[in-house]
Amino acid sequence: MSVTPYNLPDARGHFGPYGGVFVAETLIPALDELREAYAAAQADPAFLAEFEYELKHYVGRPSPIYHATHWSKKLGGAQIYLKREDLNHTGAHKVNNCIGQALLARRMGKPRVIAETGAGQHGVATATVAARYGMECVVYMGSEDVKRQAANVYRMKLLGARVVPVESGSKTLKDALNEAMRDWVTNIGNTFYIIGTVAGPHPYPMMVRDFQRVIGEECKVQMPELIDRQPDAVIACVGGGSNAMGIFHPYIDVPGVRLIGVEAAGYGLDSGKHAASITAGRPGVLHGNRTYLIQDANGQVIETHSVSAGLDYPGVGPEHAWLNDSGRAEYVTVTDAEALQAFHDLCRLEGIIPALESSHALAYAARLASTLGQDKVLLVNLSGRGDKDMHTVAEKSGIQF
Amino acid sequence: MSRIQTTFARLQASGRKALIPFITAGDPEPGLTVGLMQALVSGGADIIELGVPFSDPMADGPTIQRASERALAYGTSLRIVLGMVREFRKHDLATPVVLMGYANPIEAYGVADFARDASSMGVDGVLVVDYPPEECVEFASTLKAAQLDPIFLLAPTSGEKRFAEVAEAGSGYIYYVSLKGVTGSALMDMDEVARRIPLIRDKVRMPVGVGFGIRDGESAAKVARVADAVVIGSRIIEEIENSPRDEAAARVTAFVRGIRAAMDGSKEEL
Repeated sequence: MSVTPYNLPDARGHFGPYGGVFVAETLIPALDELREAYAAAQADPAFLAEFEYELKHYVGRPSPIYHATHWSKKLGGAQIYLKREDLNHTGAHKVNNCIGQALLARRMGKPRVIAETGAGQHGVATATVAARYGMECVVYMGSEDVKRQAANVYRMKLLGARVVPVESGSKTLKDALNEAMRDWVTNIGNTFYIIGTVAGPHPYPMMVRDFQRVIGEECKVQMPELIDRQPDAVIACVGGGSNAMGIFHPYIDVPGVRLIGVEAAGYGLDSGKHAASITAGRPGVLHGNRTYLIQDANGQVIETHSVSAGLDYPGVGPEHAWLNDSGRAEYVTVTDAEALQAFHDLCRLEGIIPALESSHALAYAARLASTLGQDKVLLVNLSGRGDKDMHTVAEKSGIQF
Repeated sequence: MSRIQTTFARLQASGRKALIPFITAGDPEPGLTVGLMQALVSGGADIIELGVPFSDPMADGPTIQRASERALAYGTSLRIVLGMVREFRKHDLATPVVLMGYANPIEAYGVADFARDASSMGVDGVLVVDYPPEECVEFASTLKAAQLDPIFLLAPTSGEKRFAEVAEAGSGYIYYVSLKGVTGSALMDMDEVARRIPLIRDKVRMPVGVGFGIRDGESAAKVARVADAVVIGSRIIEEIENSPRDEAAARVTAFVRGIRAAMDGSKEEL
């Protein structure tokens, strides 16, 4: 079972057998520098105060929690509450972490930030904060994704970022991450790499989690205000897993709260076209950390599929790997079709257009709610809004703009 | 003495420096790899670094990325690469072979099985790019127990404390990455290399090879003046890439011979 009190990772970034620093030697001193700078920043009240100020005045925090009464009634079981990260500036939880890392970059005297992006959400969030703090910004994006996400590419350009299409490998998120690492190793002196999820070499998984913890911290205060107690379960989608870590982490030490991560089953686990790293992968080493990976028998990382680009990643944050193995969190899957159904239900029954990523968490919540009594409470992290997904959903419904 | 130690001892006795070319196993197709290894030896290679292709070669530039993709398109697995080494060993018992690649294919194979099989098929050293010493204490000792040298990288950004850690964990030789960047970049700072190598050699007491960014006889000769070995990779892969397949071996031999001549000529200039 889970370690109490929970205080992972260890000094070298390990969550049990997962995490760590699996990078080429050239990056080791850069990661040492980052680790030291981050530790100093965390101990500096001025840094924490500025982070908090920015979250309040620029992002619009705290985000509210909303009781989805109409949908809950229709499901006829547990009550579903939504943590409204979709109401943040830029429309998702990603910006919390970008502000934290950009403030750290500024503190470290790095005038240039780089990022990887899949669908473009993290790229947009990074471009946003780079504009806000007057930094040069380069975003790496798989050339396949550049084609699929033209609106987000334009958005990043409007914000002053340079978007570099990546032509190597499968030309998607994982290759964009490889390319960003290559840029970082080449430009270590003036460049800060803003990783968008709780993966990568230590200290990234810990640091990104810490910047996203505000989600769960707010929930721990807000839920008792609404229902006089904490929820029975906290549910979040997991690609790399940053929104899930952000809402789970403050609840790890709270007994009786189930933590449920929802992975993308794509066309179904049996189809081989999915992105369920924990459910259907094996431990391995990629992108600087040991974690569950979707790989073939020879250890080559294979292409993943999800209707939601934000979940379309072959790895997962190492802390999720550990929470799975320790039994503290449960990991389940939802197919493209189920996620789309939840997407449409939330649109029609609550007037909220959710991101397709978040729709996976919603779909599982719906499945679970109908098996539970009406006195049970499920808290779902509505990690982003679905405006960016109009194109995908319309296409799935056979509609052309 | 291991094959790697024997090789460096022999070179030292004759006042020469080691030439270590790199090719990716399975590039441009698996059937050509053993012949290309022999072609490297014909041109004057002292040690061969054989790349194990990986889907996500994070530390490599575009040239070696392309080589990996070509090799993977033919399904070149670690098991197949080990078979290539066994084939090469049937005709060459002298030239050390060092496998260079990433952690995940080795972990998928199983570390203990890999060490046993690599050793029995004639591999001499293993360099895992994304295994820094602190993450592979057990792996390094498993390799050593199987008479394989764990070879580590040092970089321009590595501090002196790091030299000692690498000296402790590694054996065979040290691979000094000559620049801040990926393989195949062309930004080597020769003065920096010349300044760092004596510092490293003083601490690690192992031969020091220099790689990343060496593209021609001139840069190889300069490096040979200060280091024990010259590693050259992307430029050879470009040679293979730009040759008709039936001429690749001959072109590689000619290219390596040119580098060899430039390196051997360099000691007269001193």
